[in-house]
Amino acid sequence: MQTLTVEVDAAGIALVTFDDPTKPMNVVSPQWMDEFIAAIEQIATDPRIVGAILTSSKPAFMAGADLKYILGLAGGKISSAEAYKFSQKPSVAMHRRLETCGKPFVAAINGLALGGGYELALACHYRVIVDDAKAVVGLPEVTVGLLPGSGGTQRLPRMIGVEQSLAVLLEGKKVAPAEALKLCMVDAVVPATALLDTARQWLLKSPDPVRAWDKKSYRGGGGLLNPAIVQVMTFQPAIIAARTQYNYPAPIAILDCIFEGTLLPFDKALKVESKYFAHLLCGSVARNLIRTTFVNKGEAMKLARRPQGVPKSAVKTLGVLGAGMMGSGVAHVAAAAGIAVVLLDSSAELAEKGKAATVKLLAKAVERGQKTRAAADEILARIRTTADYADLSSCDLVVEAVFEDPAVKAGVTDKAEAAMPQGGIFASNTSTLPITGLAKASSRPTQFIGLHFFSPVERMPLVEVIVGADTSKATLAKSLDFVAQLKMTPILVNDSRGFYTSRVFQTFIHEGMRMLEDGVAPALIENAAKFAGFPVGPLALVDEVTVELPWKITGETAAALGAQFVKPCAYDVMRRMVEELQRPGKQYGKGFYDYPEGGVKRLWSGLSQAFPVAAAQPSVDEIKKRFLYIQALETARCLEEGVLTHPADGDVGSLLAWGFPSWTGGTLSLIDSVGVGAFVADCTRMASLYGARFSPSAWLAGRAERGDAFY
Amino acid sequence: MTDAFIYDHVRTPRGRGRPDGSLHEISSVRLAQQVLAALAERNALDTALIDDVIMGCAQPVGEQGGNIARAAALLAGYAESVAGQQVHRFCASALEAVNAAAAQIMTGQHDAAIGGGVESMSRTAMGADSGAWSADPWVAYHNYFAPQGIGADLIATLDGFSRADVDGFAVESQRRAAHAWQNHHFDKSVVPVRDVAGDVVLDRDEFMRPDTTLEGLGKLQPSFVAMGQGGFDTVALHKYPQIEAINHVHTGGNSSGIVDGSAGVLLGNREFGLKIGKKPRGRIKAFVSMGSEPTIMLSAPVPTTQKLLKRCGMQTKDIDLFEINEAFAAVVLRYIRALDLDPGKVNANGGAIAMGHPLGATGAIILGTALDELERRDLNCALITLCAGNGLGTATIIERV
Repeated sequence: MQTLTVEVDAAGIALVTFDDPTKPMNVVSPQWMDEFIAAIEQIATDPRIVGAILTSSKPAFMAGADLKYILGLAGGKISSAEAYKFSQKPSVAMHRRLETCGKPFVAAINGLALGGGYELALACHYRVIVDDAKAVVGLPEVTVGLLPGSGGTQRLPRMIGVEQSLAVLLEGKKVAPAEALKLCMVDAVVPATALLDTARQWLLKSPDPVRAWDKKSYRGGGGLLNPAIVQVMTFQPAIIAARTQYNYPAPIAILDCIFEGTLLPFDKALKVESKYFAHLLCGSVARNLIRTTFVNKGEAMKLARRPQGVPKSAVKTLGVLGAGMMGSGVAHVAAAAGIAVVLLDSSAELAEKGKAATVKLLAKAVERGQKTRAAADEILARIRTTADYADLSSCDLVVEAVFEDPAVKAGVTDKAEAAMPQGGIFASNTSTLPITGLAKASSRPTQFIGLHFFSPVERMPLVEVIVGADTSKATLAKSLDFVAQLKMTPILVNDSRGFYTSRVFQTFIHEGMRMLEDGVAPALIENAAKFAGFPVGPLALVDEVTVELPWKITGETAAALGAQFVKPCAYDVMRRMVEELQRPGKQYGKGFYDYPEGGVKRLWSGLSQAFPVAAAQPSVDEIKKRFLYIQALETARCLEEGVLTHPADGDVGSLLAWGFPSWTGGTLSLIDSVGVGAFVADCTRMASLYGARFSPSAWLAGRAERGDAFY
Repeated sequence: MTDAFIYDHVRTPRGRGRPDGSLHEISSVRLAQQVLAALAERNALDTALIDDVIMGCAQPVGEQGGNIARAAALLAGYAESVAGQQVHRFCASALEAVNAAAAQIMTGQHDAAIGGGVESMSRTAMGADSGAWSADPWVAYHNYFAPQGIGADLIATLDGFSRADVDGFAVESQRRAAHAWQNHHFDKSVVPVRDVAGDVVLDRDEFMRPDTTLEGLGKLQPSFVAMGQGGFDTVALHKYPQIEAINHVHTGGNSSGIVDGSAGVLLGNREFGLKIGKKPRGRIKAFVSMGSEPTIMLSAPVPTTQKLLKRCGMQTKDIDLFEINEAFAAVVLRYIRALDLDPGKVNANGGAIAMGHPLGATGAIILGTALDELERRDLNCALITLCAGNGLGTATIIERV
């Protein structure tokens, strides 16, 4: 056995220690399962053994399934029947066998136990956990579109009650030991040194190895004859609907597992659970979520696009130019990552004002108990404010976050480079201006790069790393190292107007505004976007940033491109809103919405006069498609043009940058989920209805013909 | 086809459906028993002539379960040969029971039957029977289930009925109900409910608030805001995506009252009338039940009425009086507007907003009210309809003979 050891002591207690030498954490892998099943048989059948303790020699007890392995099975790669068997193996051969073999098992939970790890603990007859806030327990499968398919949906509600189990099962809530004890998710919390002894003491008391639900006297929840269950089952579906907009199949499947399963004898209940597991594993949503939010995001964080052969680097001192919201945000996250920061603005007062924003945020974090005062003070101590460029002399990297104007940016580039060390990197946080153009102001364009952070920086984990025409491999590698230092997620983007994220996101708001001109009812536009899974409707979103902003960007683009400029589809709507109707957005108290003082915003009633609503309205599905497909098409164009170098960057970026719905897996996974052929055919149809912007390129049509998916 | 004649009908007064309501101490079966006993007594019936007793009940569980019609008939001293059955079509149950009894007679299979209903909402709470449609999570989720209050507010939003509109309707319902009681419009059909000692516990609808004013109603909080915020507004918007937000206008004051009550309608063929020596008071002309969009739930009365009129070759102008259950004010306002009716012809004596809606009994109550009013005004024809759970609707046309 390689992933675990079994030692039997004089009292006949078997200590099973999980320790997979090939992985940093123990996971539910096929090899581990086979070995553990053998260990269970040994314990069950060896008459000298009276009971067993399960623990791990790694910091974590067990992290759950090997998601990379699961990804290889998800989304139709195996049949529903195979998926059912895949779930039944650990569920029946492992957990159920352990539970019913007649010998008591204790989970000695020495660190976090999530997913399959906690399911194993649930199958044991007793759970003792180490008193360590990091040792969380929970069933986060729902967050990757699955359900805990080894008895988790059945044992937890039976153990702690249906209502108490909902947040754990439906939201994937992770629970620290103290609360877990309160919820009866564990039976005892003890110091690490007492963990195994507590387990042993419990076993020596000759505990009953028959679970409550396996006793004849067991009475289940009563289903709909129990008013408390009626309450849960009537209201939860609506709560789920509001949270998922019907886009994620896992939560309702889990709720139904609880509902159906708790009415059945345990072995039948496990079958129901496995069937729902198969239903989820074979669908596209689980695959999309696992691939983008776990595997590809994880690889991005491990710097999958980092050029090889450049030694690993770390920024010791960071310079930040401009102490506005973006600049102070970058300073904050860098200081929090242990980097010394020089925060520079045109005056010491402005620089200090920027730092004050961080002071305020940290005070809130301290107030909420998320940080200690000492830790907050340490972060603040790392941020030095200045108006003197000479203070940049020790900066390995400088991030420029000044006004979006090439002349202003050129000025600060010049001054900063004069003070910075020769080898220092200059990064622009521009969201739209091409990097190659900005690099013209640099005396060392090979050390010039774009690092596009998102607002608010403290909460947005993505950095769009933009490589200009002259940016060197070493600059890219070091910049990626810096992003990793911040524990943020980088995507690699080659220079282009709007780069990747702004360019594609723009198509969403333009499409939404354009629909007004097409006669779509305003509420339908907003609702359809929300139903598709966007956090906010496009009209509300534009109001937040003002219509002036995309209108100004359009003007700049027109000026920059000259004869090559093509009017965006929402050109006239933006022009009319800003110039004619003078409803530029929320900050003016009027945009697509009205903002009554102290009241709830409502769509402007004059909107239907300004943009007459057509008698025949399109279906919600058609509008959802317009939103999703126009962004997918633009992303495909980015890949075609080499702005993106890998589909994963497009997918991860779309989720993290502007909240493209995660059920799709991202803009390119969406095309794969629809099928490239079907997607291209539908886009061709939509192009004839809505305009050439929906026309798939020859490159994409070629992929469709070849059946060439992105993954 | 044999004519199904109406020979008589009675109802109990409606008691407040709460522990302090006068009928709370009377079990459902005893409410139904007293209705059946009154029908037998008033008509000096040989109950062996009755083939079937069909009772509607919208929460047929616990003391209301297990075929309450048969239990009530036996308790009322009916002959053992009288069959009994229970009908569940949510709020339209009692009208459905009347229609089913009529159908037995029209098809010539039975000679006489009683259709009616019973509901003690104070004893068996609304929702007690739950059921797959609303409480099986898979079914509820995939069918976009939302509680009826959300549907009522949705109708108001879609049709543009303001809070003042629905409150105004409620005030009028109260006014008409008070007027009807003052002028003894209900006298001939309401039988007092007695306790085991034989004393009267209730002889009038006790839910009414005749002093209701617009100002008073305006102070009530909308009832379904929290429910909507809990997710049901989102569910409803998925079905009605053209709406920006649901305008929650319904309150306890402009929705039907929660009450206890029972009613029964005595039906038979012509020979039955001859045997009991009674002249028919009316005839069940035609009826229909149909489904409509289930999330909004309460919109069936309009299409159900249109379907029924079409089948009878009639138009709304051929109907002298309409009774549509006042489940919520917006349901009636939509009905009046969509069918372009004279509001004076609709619920002439008030309705469930003023007097209450004992779910499984209301259909028979308002059919009786319609017949009494036809007689009082010497008119010919009435249409009775109710919206019911899960988008169902039932409608019946009666005429005098």
